[in-house]
Amino acid sequence: MARKDNKPDGDLTPAAGNGILNRRLFLERTLMAGAGGIALGASGASAEPLTNPKWTMEPGAPFNPYGKPSRYEDKTVRQFAAPANPATPGVGSSRTPHHLLDGMITPNSLHFERSHGGVPDIDPQQHRLVIHGLVKKPLSFTMEALSRYPMTSRVSFIECGGNSGGLSAPAAAPLNVQGIHGLLSCAEWTGVKLSTLLDEAGVDPAAKWILAEGADSQSVSRSIPLAKALDDVLVCLYQNGERIRPENGYPVRLLVPGYSGNMNIKWLRRIKLVDAPIMTKDETSKYTILLPTGKAWQFVFPLEVKSTITRPSPGLDLKGPGFYEISGLAWSGNGKIVKVEVSADGGKSWAPAALQEPVLSKALTRFRAPWNWNGGPAILQSRATDDTGMVQPSRAQIIAERGLRGAYHFNVIQSWNVDEKGVLANVHA
Amino acid sequence: MSMLERSILAAAFSIAAGLAVAADTPQLGQPISEADLAAWDISVGPNGVGLPAGKGTVAQGEAVYAAKCQACHGEKGAGRPNDVLVGGFDSLPGDKPALKTVGSFWPYPTTFFDYVRRAMPWTSPKTLTNDEVYAVAAYVFSLNGIIKADEVMDAQTLPKVRMPNRDGFTPFPRSPKVD
Ligand code: HEC
Repeated sequence: MARKDNKPDGDLTPAAGNGILNRRLFLERTLMAGAGGIALGASGASAEPLTNPKWTMEPGAPFNPYGKPSRYEDKTVRQFAAPANPATPGVGSSRTPHHLLDGMITPNSLHFERSHGGVPDIDPQQHRLVIHGLVKKPLSFTMEALSRYPMTSRVSFIECGGNSGGLSAPAAAPLNVQGIHGLLSCAEWTGVKLSTLLDEAGVDPAAKWILAEGADSQSVSRSIPLAKALDDVLVCLYQNGERIRPENGYPVRLLVPGYSGNMNIKWLRRIKLVDAPIMTKDETSKYTILLPTGKAWQFVFPLEVKSTITRPSPGLDLKGPGFYEISGLAWSGNGKIVKVEVSADGGKSWAPAALQEPVLSKALTRFRAPWNWNGGPAILQSRATDDTGMVQPSRAQIIAERGLRGAYHFNVIQSWNVDEKGVLANVHA
Repeated sequence: MSMLERSILAAAFSIAAGLAVAADTPQLGQPISEADLAAWDISVGPNGVGLPAGKGTVAQGEAVYAAKCQACHGEKGAGRPNDVLVGGFDSLPGDKPALKTVGSFWPYPTTFFDYVRRAMPWTSPKTLTNDEVYAVAAYVFSLNGIIKADEVMDAQTLPKVRMPNRDGFTPFPRSPKVD
């Protein structure tokens, strides 16, 4: 595609202030070659001469039944804080290390965890899913029966309603992307459409909501509108191709695409059709947004459009001026990401990032933008737009809308400061 | 197979499907009566449907609380190490950190019964008797000044308790509407 300004796509004219380059620079290599080639940040020193390391001169390890990452990747782990009360160790969460990952899929071992009463050790032979309440015929399903149903797969993010809540702190906390946005992950989920099971039970016209409940010690439960349950909710058995991990709901969990994480009930054991919401603890005391008026928003379902730069980010400091790819994640519980813009000057100027295919509704979308760091101060930001037209708000806009106490679903534009040494830090800008 | 054979076969299939109820899905769930799933049917909505028989007084609740709750929720619900259960009135409006408790924030008394019966005490949930849950509800409500010290909680009285923040919630304007 020809540019309006007739410049070749490979050129180094900044697309926005402070060194943001044209997003097509590296993604459309053929065009770049047509531009006669470019040299960015080539270092003067020659590479070391090569020798054959020992792993090329002896046989490697034999097969193993269940693989694990290279021992050199032992920093790529979930992070969690000690419980406030040592007597209640299973209350809380562990966070995905997004700064050390790329692509759109979160490996199962690194999918974030949130539990209120520890991870139950469920025997799938004994586990049942019951559907009852306002139905013609209450039904009980074994896991074996569920696994014989027609399956549907979809790639979907799950995000805790409290993710990014750290950004509501009045002064920016010294957190990295894992600490701020780690309660977010994305997997390919496979299971049975809930609508199929509800149809078999026969929905009474008086039913308006379902109550979904887990088999964990807390029996975490949430009310979900029936319309959503009949739309795209999945009763999932598989996560990225294998049976769901215990910490993510083994043997069966709900996927409620795009809706607040807590509603995606893990260890699902019961669905009750009801005419009005049950008003559970997690839809009254928690996961509601208290406004400055003293009233609180309740049933805050969709996780609205959000994005963050995962690289560079705190802990991945810059190694001198030159070329860097800005890479990050964008997502919306309302649909597809259509645009992500990046800025290196704290939002004064913006340029579009490239969106990595596939771009899927209610899934994480990877974005990339080339950046030529000049060695001076910079503030990196990203701003996503979804296909409903919603644009990720600034921190000031969110504060004007709901103050700072509504830390759930806090989808503000977030800023990484870069100093002259190349050290990155979370700032409010 | 010819087109004709194929359409005859398809017609035969749809007739067979019409005879069974919704034969186009596997139908692998087993019927179960509400009585047989009662042990799992522990949700209690604001109208009180689902509340079991039993009752408890504030004084009985004080004893339950001291034995089974206080270690984590503090004396008289003052909190620490886990959630504060009492007070925080008038902390909701404004921009200072709010103290959201059963007393100041929870809109429905039934939520307390539903939640404590299923989830508390944290280390041994679902072990309280129904009388104990009613009693500890009476105690925590009375600590919050919501009921009087001589009121008894049971399936009739508990849902009628008017929580101070009953009208404190409004649906999120950008969630799909449920009619
Ligand atoms: C071993 C510690 C422990 C004991 C004992 C305990 N709790 Fe809890 N309680 C917790 C924890 C932890 C939570 C938070 C759970 C979560 O995050 O979902 C909690 C939450 C609560 C809440 C919700 C508070 C809110 O504002 O959302 C109530 C109400 C409650 N407990 C009541 C009780 C009662 C009543 C008892 C005694 C019958 C009890 N607890 C015993 C640890 C305990």
